[in-house]
Amino acid sequence: MNFGFSEDQLLLQQTVHDFLASELPVDEVRKLWNEDTGRSAEFWKRLAEIGIPGLLISEDHGGLGMNEIDGVLLIEETGRAALAEPVVQTSVAAPLITALSSSLADQWLAKIAAGEALAVVQHDVNAFTSDAHVADLLLLSHGDEIHALSADRVSLTAQPANDPSQRLFAIDWTRDDETRVASGKAGRALLAISLDRGALACAAQQLGVADKLIELAVAYACERKQFGVQIGSFQAVKHMLADVKVRLEYARSLVYRAAHSLARDTRGRSVDVSCAKAAASEAAVAAGRIALQVHGAIGYTWEQDLHVWMRRAWSLDLAWGNSAWHRARIADAVIDGALPAENFGYSAP
Amino acid sequence: MDLNYTAEQDAFRKEARAWLEANVPREPLPSFDTREGFEAHRAWEKQLNAGGWAMVPWPVEYGGRGANLLEWLIFEEEYYRAGAPGRVNQNGIFLLGPTIMEYGTPEQKARFLPKMASSEEVWAQGWSEPNAGSDMAAIQASAVLDGDHYVINGQKTWASRGAYADWLFGMFRTDPDSERHRGLTFVLVPLDLPGVTVRPIEQLDGEAGFAEVFLNDVRVPVENQLGEVNRGWDVAMATAGFERGLMLRSPARFQNTARKLVALYRETAASGQPIDAGLRDTVARCWVDAEAYTLNTYQTVSHLLAGGKIGSESSLNKIFWSELDLRMHEAALSLLGARAELLPQAPAAEGVGDWLDGYLFALSGPIYAGTNEVQRNIIAERILGLPRK
Repeated sequence: MNFGFSEDQLLLQQTVHDFLASELPVDEVRKLWNEDTGRSAEFWKRLAEIGIPGLLISEDHGGLGMNEIDGVLLIEETGRAALAEPVVQTSVAAPLITALSSSLADQWLAKIAAGEALAVVQHDVNAFTSDAHVADLLLLSHGDEIHALSADRVSLTAQPANDPSQRLFAIDWTRDDETRVASGKAGRALLAISLDRGALACAAQQLGVADKLIELAVAYACERKQFGVQIGSFQAVKHMLADVKVRLEYARSLVYRAAHSLARDTRGRSVDVSCAKAAASEAAVAAGRIALQVHGAIGYTWEQDLHVWMRRAWSLDLAWGNSAWHRARIADAVIDGALPAENFGYSAP
Repeated sequence: MDLNYTAEQDAFRKEARAWLEANVPREPLPSFDTREGFEAHRAWEKQLNAGGWAMVPWPVEYGGRGANLLEWLIFEEEYYRAGAPGRVNQNGIFLLGPTIMEYGTPEQKARFLPKMASSEEVWAQGWSEPNAGSDMAAIQASAVLDGDHYVINGQKTWASRGAYADWLFGMFRTDPDSERHRGLTFVLVPLDLPGVTVRPIEQLDGEAGFAEVFLNDVRVPVENQLGEVNRGWDVAMATAGFERGLMLRSPARFQNTARKLVALYRETAASGQPIDAGLRDTVARCWVDAEAYTLNTYQTVSHLLAGGKIGSESSLNKIFWSELDLRMHEAALSLLGARAELLPQAPAAEGVGDWLDGYLFALSGPIYAGTNEVQRNIIAERILGLPRK
C-alpha cells in the first residue's frame, strides 16, 4: 500500500506545468475562441512532442505507454491551464481504439500519438459530442454497438455553447455492418470503461480548474482594498475560501484513487470514478462561485479572466455525467447493494 | 501508487482481527462518562494492553507495538469493525503520549508512558479556561516556582474526562508579565493533590464527560514540566496537531458510521416507511465523504512514511471530519423520523441504535480541538496565504 506518486511522476507533472504556464497564456486560450475551429493544430502538435495525446498509447505505436496513474497529474495541469484542446476525448479514444481492433490501432494510434490525427468518442451519457469537427475518426455508439467512421461519413450540426472553448455537435450518421467494430457484451464493456475514462479525465481537469480558481481569488483578495484594508483580511472572505479549499483537497484523494482503479481495473472501478467526478466537479463549480463572489462586480465582466475557468468548471461538470448523475450511480451501487459498502479498506485477508 | 495491501499488511490485519474477535466484550460497555463505565473501560484498556494492542503505533520500548502508521490504520479499521469500546484514555494515548515522546526527558518517558499504556493513569485535558477556549493564548492560570515545586493557582474548565481522570495536562502562565502565547509552560498535574477540586459538568447528553478543575496553591514537582519553561506553546501546538490531525480521528470511525448509515437507509426503505427523496442523495454523499476522508488519510500517511511532514493541513482534516460526522448523524435522525428522539430505555426504541447519542457527541466536533472557525482562519492564513489583519 502506497498512496503516493513517484518522483518521476511528479517531475513529469512539473514539466507539463511549466510548459503550459509559459506556452499557453490565457490570452492564447481566449484568442482561440474567435477562431473557426477553436482549436490549434499547431499547438496540439507541440503537446504531442511532450507526450500528451500519446500518454495512454503503447510505445509500439509511438506513445508513452503510461497508465492512468501517470496521466492523472498531467491532465490536472491541462485543467489548470484551461487548455481547450481535446485532452479528455483523446484519453477516452486512444485506449478504446487499442481495445477495439489491431487494424484500427495500426492505422490510427501512431498518428494520434504524433498529434497528426484526432479521434473522438460519442457516448450516450453526453447529449452532444465535443470536438467532432476536428476528428478524423469518430467512434459512435448505438445501443451496445460501437461503430468506427471517418470524418467524411458523418454530418455535424454545431451547438454553440456557453463555454466558448467547448465545441459541441449533434452527429448524423448511418450505421452498417461494415462500420461496426464491437457489439453485445464486449461493446457494453467498452462503452462502460469509456464512460469511466471520460469522467476521470474531466475530474482530473476539475482539480486543476478548482485550484486555479482559488489561486485567482486569493490573489485578488490580497490585492483589492476596501475600507482601507485588503479584503482577504475579512473573516467572511477567509472562511469562504477555506471551505472550498477543504472540498478541493478531499476531492483530490478521490480522483487519484479513481486513476488507480482504472489502471488496475478494480471491482469498484465505476463507483470510484463516480466518487471522483461528483466530488471534483462540485469542488470546481463551488470554487467558481466563491471566486466570483470574492471578485465582486469586476469578476462579472467578460474582460476579467476569471470566467475562462468558471465556464470550464461548468462545462466539465456537464460532460461525461454531471455530479448528480454520478451520485445517483453511487447510490444505486452502495445503497441497493450492487457494491458492498466496504469498498476501501476492510479487504478480507 | 499501489493501493493493494502487502502480504505483511494482510497478515497484520488477520492477527488483529483474530485477537479482537476473541476479546471484544459481547455487550457494549456503559458510557465512560459514568463512574461504572469509566472503570469498565479502564479494565478493557488493561486487557488490550495485555494483548499488546493498546498502543499499536507506539515504539516497543514504551509499551507499544512499533507499528507504522499504515498498520495503525489497518488496526483501527479492525477495531471499529469489531465494535470494540471507545478509548477512555485517548487524551493520553493519542495526544499526550506522542507529545511526551517528542518533548519528554528520558525520566518522564519512563515514568508516564507505561502507566498510560495500561491506563493505570487516565488523562484529562486542561486546555480551556473560563476565558480561554479556542484562544489558548489567553490562559491565566499561573504556576510560580517555589524551590523545586511549582505553585499552581487558577481554574481550568471543559476538561474532557476530567470527572474521573487521574492526571491533567495543560498550560500555565509562568511569566506573570508575559502576553499571549509567550510565558506559558506545559505542566502535568496529578488530580489527587491537596488544593485540587474537581467539579464534574454534565454535558448535553446528561453525563459528566468534562469537568471544572479548581487549583488552589497546588504544589507540583518541577520535574512535571514538559518541555522548556515559558515555551509551553510549542509543546501545546504539537499536541493540538495530534488532536486535529489523523492520530485521534482515524478514518475507521467515519467509515463505520457511513456503513451504519447505509444499512439504516436500507432497513428503513425495506420497512416501507416513506423516505424523503433527498435523503438518498445525502446518504450517497456521506458515503463518498467517508471514502474521501479515508483516502486522504492514506495519502497523508504515505507522505509521512516517505519522510514528508504535515503542518497546518490538520486544520483541513478537523473541518472535514467534524462536519461529516454531524451530517451523517443528521441524516440518520431524519431516517429514523419520530423515533429519533427516543432514549434507549423507551419501549419503542429497538432498532434506533445509538444515533441520538452519536449526534449529541458529533455536535461537539466543530467546537473542541479548536473551533472550526479558528481552523478556517488557519487554513486561510497559513495555507492560502491571506493576510492576518
